[in-house]
Amino acid sequence: MTSDSGISIKGLTKTFGDTSVLKDISLDIKPGERVVVIGPSGTGKSTLLRCLNFLDRPDAGLIRVGDLSVDAGTASRAEILALRRRTSFVFQNYGLFANKTARENITQALITVKGQSKSDANARADAILRETGLSAKADAYPAALSGGQQQRVGIGRAMALDADLMLFDEPTSALDPEWVGEVLDLMRRVAENRQTMLIVTHEMQFAREIADRIIFMADGHIVEQGPPEQLLEHPQDPRTQAFLRRVG
Amino acid sequence: MRALDLEYMWDLVPVLVGYIPLTLFMALVGMAFALVLASVMAVERVFRVPVVDLFVRLFISFFRGTPLLVQLFLFYYGLPQVLSFLTNINGVTATIMGLTLHFSAYMAESIRAAILGVDRSQWEAAQAVGMTQLQMMRQIILPQAARVAAPTLVNYFIDMIKGTSLAFTLGVTEMMGAAQKEAAGSFLYFEAFLVVAAIYWILVEVLAYVQRRLETHLNKAHAR
Repeated sequence: MTSDSGISIKGLTKTFGDTSVLKDISLDIKPGERVVVIGPSGTGKSTLLRCLNFLDRPDAGLIRVGDLSVDAGTASRAEILALRRRTSFVFQNYGLFANKTARENITQALITVKGQSKSDANARADAILRETGLSAKADAYPAALSGGQQQRVGIGRAMALDADLMLFDEPTSALDPEWVGEVLDLMRRVAENRQTMLIVTHEMQFAREIADRIIFMADGHIVEQGPPEQLLEHPQDPRTQAFLRRVG
Repeated sequence: MRALDLEYMWDLVPVLVGYIPLTLFMALVGMAFALVLASVMAVERVFRVPVVDLFVRLFISFFRGTPLLVQLFLFYYGLPQVLSFLTNINGVTATIMGLTLHFSAYMAESIRAAILGVDRSQWEAAQAVGMTQLQMMRQIILPQAARVAAPTLVNYFIDMIKGTSLAFTLGVTEMMGAAQKEAAGSFLYFEAFLVVAAIYWILVEVLAYVQRRLETHLNKAHAR
């Protein structure tokens, strides 16, 4: 592994109208590193994730995933597609395909995007459904699943893509409290496989457990970052200290 | 006032029922073409392809803005005078063409509205897993839009079935034309047209039943 492994973000900038949401964000992520982003709401955490796969188009900045570099200023449709195919995304509101069963939600991209045969895709989906404890729900449509089950399918769909970087956008924030545990358990298992992950979450205990590094964001900036015990126990910046007191 | 000639009506039923295949043929072929054309136009209207969008809007505006009968006359009696390759166009073809273009304009707007009604999360999820726009539309967005648009589209199909009776004005002997001919021979206009009305009515009711079945099928992903 040389300099073209891992992920590198340089000078990422995004404004919505007059509001500057991301101000010159730079960040490197090593292969297998699990990075958690915390911070007050409305400070650009979700936008950062959504800019990394161009669900929101950044105004400027360079995103490199492995040997693929995409310049936000000049990114073509093909480059954006290539970038999306190296990342996977877990949505706050699950974002399952409403017209597809749990199994089809997992196989859909394997077949249409990765060109796998239907039987290979089904085999992979069934393995993932077993791993996520949802074998019995393989043929259920999203509308018939609980929030926790839907989010586990959402994570399973992202796992199946074998992406270089998995992005989690507040994956437990929309869940009833009773389902949060099972989703975090599944994310722990993903983390144990040394999958490269970038996670926005408000679950501090979870962040402390699985993160190699925690980033504190405020006002569109990365204010400070470090290993969990350092950032959570000995925050340097007053904004980090204030935030941790509030959520602590 | 005279009594209805029920025996005459009864005898007329099998004669006119024999024209149902032609009626359904024109409506089904028209519907198939109209669905394809309308879907393409609806997707175009959603993405607003430069220049093409102008033509599509003009097309929809014209075919919604003028009566079907006028359009049929234009195709059958008018256009062949300017476009020589249309000289041999027959009434059935002209009717199918007219129905296709006319109804595709309406259907494009219904489908467009249904596409825009598909939740944003569905578009984003399709993009996030790396689908191309075409894959996203075919696999995720259009199937979900179809569920929303289905009742309206079946209504247009019903309208189209009734619209096939206008083929009569292009000299096609379809159900209405046959009834007219029969009535002209017997002078029993009321009886003849009553039978035609009844046949159309029953046909549409059968379709309404199919429509309910179709909706149940399309809603299966949403049953709890």
